[in-house]
Amino acid sequence: MRHAFVLALAVLTAACGGGARQAGEPSATLITVDGSSTVFPISEAMAEEFGSANPDVRTPTVGISGTGGGFQKFCRGETDISNASRPIRPAEIEACRKAGIEYIELPIAYDGLAIVVNPKNAWATHVTVGELRTLWAPEAQGKIARWNQVRTAWPNRDVRLFGAGVDSGTYDYFTEAIVGTEGASRGDFTSSEDDNVIVQGVAGDELALGFLPLAYVEQNRSRLKLVPVDDGKRDNGAGPITPSAETVRNGTYQPLSRPLFIYVSRKAADRPEVQQFVEMFFSRPDLVREVGYIELTLQIYELARKHFAERRIGTAFAEGGSQVGMTLEALLARER
Amino acid sequence: MRGRALDRAFQVLALLVLCLALAALGALIADVWRDGAARLSWDFLTGFPSRRAENAGIWHALTGSIFVIVVTAALAVPIGVGAAIYLEEYGTRSVAARVIEINIANLAAVPSIIYGLLGLGLFVRALAMGRSVLAGASTLALLVLPVIILSTREALRAVPPSIREGSYALGATKWQTVWYQVLPVAMPGILTGTILALSRAIGETAPLITIGALTFVAFAPDGLWSPFTVLPIQIFNWVSRPQPGFQVNAAAAILVLLALLLTMNAAAIWLRDRYQKKLR
Repeated sequence: MRHAFVLALAVLTAACGGGARQAGEPSATLITVDGSSTVFPISEAMAEEFGSANPDVRTPTVGISGTGGGFQKFCRGETDISNASRPIRPAEIEACRKAGIEYIELPIAYDGLAIVVNPKNAWATHVTVGELRTLWAPEAQGKIARWNQVRTAWPNRDVRLFGAGVDSGTYDYFTEAIVGTEGASRGDFTSSEDDNVIVQGVAGDELALGFLPLAYVEQNRSRLKLVPVDDGKRDNGAGPITPSAETVRNGTYQPLSRPLFIYVSRKAADRPEVQQFVEMFFSRPDLVREVGYIELTLQIYELARKHFAERRIGTAFAEGGSQVGMTLEALLARER
Repeated sequence: MRGRALDRAFQVLALLVLCLALAALGALIADVWRDGAARLSWDFLTGFPSRRAENAGIWHALTGSIFVIVVTAALAVPIGVGAAIYLEEYGTRSVAARVIEINIANLAAVPSIIYGLLGLGLFVRALAMGRSVLAGASTLALLVLPVIILSTREALRAVPPSIREGSYALGATKWQTVWYQVLPVAMPGILTGTILALSRAIGETAPLITIGALTFVAFAPDGLWSPFTVLPIQIFNWVSRPQPGFQVNAAAAILVLLALLLTMNAAAIWLRDRYQKKLR
């Protein structure tokens, strides 16, 4: 027993005397990435490839703390790069400014949100944004409970709703795009932070309707049916549009597609290994496709590369928060 | 006669309940085994995370879990046992002692995420440990301390007073009595409590996510200041991915976590038996 105690004491003193580091500073050579869980698979793929291409540099680490949680750490100087599924918000801009953290905003990919129903559902051949609003608005709670209340041609049967958990960026974006207010929706739907639970729910219920990131639909093609969405606008493709890599890229699938970003700290951008790592986001769109997201056009990657090289500080989205109806063209105009 | 029948009925009921509990555990393991057993291989154990499910491994998370739990034990056991010895053998029965006692019992019931928040504020930021193995282990050590203190106190209390009195009668000092007589007798109980506490810690995810343990770390932790991840975080991440291959990986990682847990428990039982044999 004495040995055990002596050993424990030795480890304890080693643990306490391990030398102090600067408060929260990321280490000099390790690249630290944190933030959105939606962007995570992209950064993970980039980090993995970067690691195998540069065995002498430590492979970057990637955390998941949500877009908001990521910015909190980023604006305290604890991370080098922040993953974000929406542009930085005014409060976060302020926090970064106060801490003296400057950043470069870089769009890296597109993500689509799909409306899905059960394959047995024969009636929901398309849906309009207005109908989705009827279904999901806070007022619908306890009132809109049957399919024919949304469209009279639909059957007089229960409708059961499934969607992303209220802490996710996916939920934020969906409510902003459909209801018009970020975070406002009815509360009586089955929500989960785990999108696989939503897949299970819709796949097992003939009367279900749900929303999901496109990547999850791709992996469960046989179990889900995509519902084309009509945004009622003629200038970006008239009529209902089915989400696909193509319609998200060309901006016709609206309003449920969104750009994804990384924010690179100005200070970190001076480190050669960070420059090499960020360059991968522009030069390897194949990785974006591989993990289920939709790559931007070469033109936009070129523009982002230029912004990074020029160290263009700040955001193109000064009003902040989720942006609805951001087509590639609009994004290009903003970035110019 | 009636009493005997009741006795019998209760015995059957208790057996049924035991079977039910074991069946639930068995079904769980069988289910995970079916999904994940085929994925277990040396490459899986020694591999690093990957966007391709079939290339992904768990070396980073396995070493992270083991490293974190060893440091947690090194921090929590001496402090916990020390505190319990003080409270039980030296402390007086004052009001303050009682307040401390109630507080420790309450702390044992605090949700683990609260400890995560404390760890984030205290270890990661105030003490500038960053998101390191040390910060994670310190947070988990705080989490398990109350359980260790409580179970150590129970174990010390179960030592017959005659042993202490005998020791004093032979002229031993208080320190000698505690170190050479009381602690060895209490050791099996202390070990049981400690291992239960550490088993809880190794399955914890919430406090480590709160302090900012990472999800993608493609290297094994190489020191107390190293970034790290642990098995439960890796499992959680894989379960929530769209590609079916990651669900298989998650099942296989759960099997590894279970094996780790069983190894820890087996080691504790072995240690306990050794102490019990020594005493005889």
